[in-house]
Amino acid sequence: MTPLDTSATGVGASLPRLDAREKVTGRAQYIADMVRPGMLHAAVHASPHAHARILGYDTAEAQAVPGVACVLTGDDFPDGRMGAFIKDEPAIAKGKVRYPGEPVAVVAAEDEETARRAAALIRVDYEDLPVAATPEEAVAPDAPLIHEGLADYFKVFPAICGGNVASETELSEGDVDAAWADCDVIVEGDFETPAQAHLSIEPVGALAEVDAEGRVTLWSANQSVFRVQANVCEALQLPMSKLRCLTPKVGAGFGNKMEPHVQPLVVQLALRTGRPVKLILNRTEDFETVRARHPFKIRCKTGAKKDGTLVARELTAVLDCGAYGDDSPGVLGYSLLMSRGPYRIPHCRASGKLVYTNRMRFGAFRGFGNPQVTFATESQIDEIAGRLGMDPLDLRLKNRMQPGDRWFGGGDVASNGLAECIEKAREASDWARGRALPAPPGKRRALGVAACAHISGLLATGAIVRLLEDGSVVLNTGAVDIGQGSDTVLTQMCASALKVPADRVATASPDTDGSPYNWGTTASRVTYTTGRSVVAAADKVAEQIKRHASEIFECAVEDLELRDGGRVGIKGVPDKELSFFEVSGRAHWAAGGPIVGTDTWVYNQPSVDPKRAIARGLPFPQIGVYSFGCMIAAVEIDETTGKADVVEVWSAMDVGKAINPGSVEGQIEGGFVQGMGFALTEEMVFDGPRLANPSMMDYKAPTSLDAPFDIHSIIVEAAEPGGPFGAKGIGEIGLVPVPAAIANAVAAAIGTRLRRLPLTPERVLDGMLEGGDED
Amino acid sequence: MTGEPVTLRVNGAERPVAAVAPWTTLLTVLRDEFGLTGAKRGCNQGVCGACTVTIDGEPVRSCLSLALNCADRDIVTVEGLVPAGAPAGALAPVQQALAEGNAVQCGFCTPGILISAHALLRRNAPLTVDEVRAGLSGNLCRCSGYKKIVEAVARASEARP
Repeated sequence: MTPLDTSATGVGASLPRLDAREKVTGRAQYIADMVRPGMLHAAVHASPHAHARILGYDTAEAQAVPGVACVLTGDDFPDGRMGAFIKDEPAIAKGKVRYPGEPVAVVAAEDEETARRAAALIRVDYEDLPVAATPEEAVAPDAPLIHEGLADYFKVFPAICGGNVASETELSEGDVDAAWADCDVIVEGDFETPAQAHLSIEPVGALAEVDAEGRVTLWSANQSVFRVQANVCEALQLPMSKLRCLTPKVGAGFGNKMEPHVQPLVVQLALRTGRPVKLILNRTEDFETVRARHPFKIRCKTGAKKDGTLVARELTAVLDCGAYGDDSPGVLGYSLLMSRGPYRIPHCRASGKLVYTNRMRFGAFRGFGNPQVTFATESQIDEIAGRLGMDPLDLRLKNRMQPGDRWFGGGDVASNGLAECIEKAREASDWARGRALPAPPGKRRALGVAACAHISGLLATGAIVRLLEDGSVVLNTGAVDIGQGSDTVLTQMCASALKVPADRVATASPDTDGSPYNWGTTASRVTYTTGRSVVAAADKVAEQIKRHASEIFECAVEDLELRDGGRVGIKGVPDKELSFFEVSGRAHWAAGGPIVGTDTWVYNQPSVDPKRAIARGLPFPQIGVYSFGCMIAAVEIDETTGKADVVEVWSAMDVGKAINPGSVEGQIEGGFVQGMGFALTEEMVFDGPRLANPSMMDYKAPTSLDAPFDIHSIIVEAAEPGGPFGAKGIGEIGLVPVPAAIANAVAAAIGTRLRRLPLTPERVLDGMLEGGDED
Repeated sequence: MTGEPVTLRVNGAERPVAAVAPWTTLLTVLRDEFGLTGAKRGCNQGVCGACTVTIDGEPVRSCLSLALNCADRDIVTVEGLVPAGAPAGALAPVQQALAEGNAVQCGFCTPGILISAHALLRRNAPLTVDEVRAGLSGNLCRCSGYKKIVEAVARASEARP
């Protein structure tokens, strides 16, 4: 076997992914690669309408196609509803359709071609309803109601809702209205960001199999086996004990696979046919029906004193929710929580509205609303710097949060490496050379900066660490590795905590039957939140190992230490030691019983201190643990075409402790390029309610020629007290400042502030030709 | 499956299929008939590059190649990057470079990237970063930002004799 370089395996080593060999040999199994004996293939019949009442179905022709095993419509599904925040979504359209592409019927057949052919033969009788394609249309006085039952839906938070407004949230501190009078400079503007497609290269899919007792096993492309279980059981009204959820390799998520897609459909087909059923969406279906980043319209106003001291901010946001709630209330609430940025601004009010429309649902996407608001707020920090003639970096440093400061709303902030991020990015980019850079003829080049923060502490998680008979270790967390490398990072933590090499730790694949609960691989939370449980569970194993050793050596537990290579010994007495093999053998066969350490916890620090802030309709009562970052981008503009290219970028991110520096860089680099696409080229274009560009040909994500090679990842480590080895999250923050940093560079290059993404050649050229301010 | 019989030469082995329909793609035959699931279906429109294989040494989209047109051609998939007869678990240098260079994240684009890189590396000279960027520009990766992939392929090209 060709050995990979695994000479260093513990915390701080860039250990190659545990599954790297499996992936480079093509052996890694994703959902589409799975086959079960007797398996059927499914296809969806999708709604051609944006909003219509379903009057009836005619499935006779589809049923008659040779090879078709089963055709199900909304009439064949239970009345349950799912939804992370508002239980508003059935497994399949029932009674009416709410967006183009919504599943209306499903077919299972002997092969996919037959299933698709039969699905096309299903006839549905519709009565068209008026359509609300945008938030503006949906809040108009005569707008059609998209969810007649909204008031009665179960909600997991105190939602303020009504009409087509799914949720309203407001958070404020200080006295904003009075504070404007204290400001010497005030900037105000309207910002707009488009829908962005996650575009995981793997489309979504699922495979369900039912056993003789009627119990279902479900594999799917997912970010949380436990969210899959909850969603399917809610929609199909099944007890959770009747559904086991597992995961194959996942071809990336970015939020797209966190909440349900086709899982309830295949489960119902498997229950009805008694056979395994697989459904893989094609790229167009994946684009049109899964979910995407919310379009935001933001009005933002920021004021400062002459010396640059920030005084007040007001931000209002309107989000297109799409047809179903999904993670949207969370995205709204979180984006508002991030709207003050990592600064001291004593007077701040943020409010927003989430509006149902007849478009595909929008949901979680890397950054969770933070990139959108940061585009607005960090643009305004630069505008203030410009108005005051201050250096944008100095203005950010001057106003940064200080030790002991609370987050907007009152949440605790422990570690904060922002100042170091800013200084390191400043130095590495040679910021002192000036913002306008030398450029070839016909081009302009300039630097732009943005700073940001992001959380990594949220909701519940756990870990089980077991010692096998020979002293090997099994780690089981239930956290799905979606490709970002969490299995490797958690294994490194476990290995370091027990002082064994990583190859002595087996990491179990998530399984709702056998793994401890894990809310999901989302919100940059696995390294911090799950990592804490891994360390705590490993520590409990270490305690038991020491207890055995203390009984054998007849010494105090406190006199014992773990030693590298899986041994326990008496401090200061090198030859008094036992291997984990000896200890675990004793535990298994003679005394105490097999060694198991478990830990579960739920993040419980309040987001809001009612003595400081007023909050209405906030969906996250407990959220926190902040990573910080500062990014500087060098952008080149073509004066003839207006095309903007990023030529070099310096991204300094405070991750507390890089458990696997190579993986941290991977997150920074990947997050940057995905953010660059959002800033420059990516836009889901809607023709009324309908997505007009549901293909990779018409939706432009960056290629290796579009992405700059010179992405400099700068890792800053401000250790988080309570974090595993001091670590905090890095999954999303690398994307958060990108649109703002690029927009600030573009503004510096062309002299015009552009407030609408993407910064297409046309918009940049218009800005360059018209000059001045976009407004 | 209705259609004509065909024999494909995949990774050096002759693989007969009893009946292939005229519209069946090479990707479908590789995945569904031969169980070679390394090549991935990301878009089925020839854009993402996850289904890339080489035919007579040239990288092509197997999702856009009709299987019946591929008889008597040499097809190499990611499963064939290690020469037949190599010890179990052996990796080609470019596979090892990606694995060790933290250039693999979710892995779904990886087989296509490896095949494009393999075709690039057939030019014996060391490749510059820009040559690698151009050579891989038909393979979308949504995770990595490309940098570590480009670095790994450039490094593998230097290691060639």
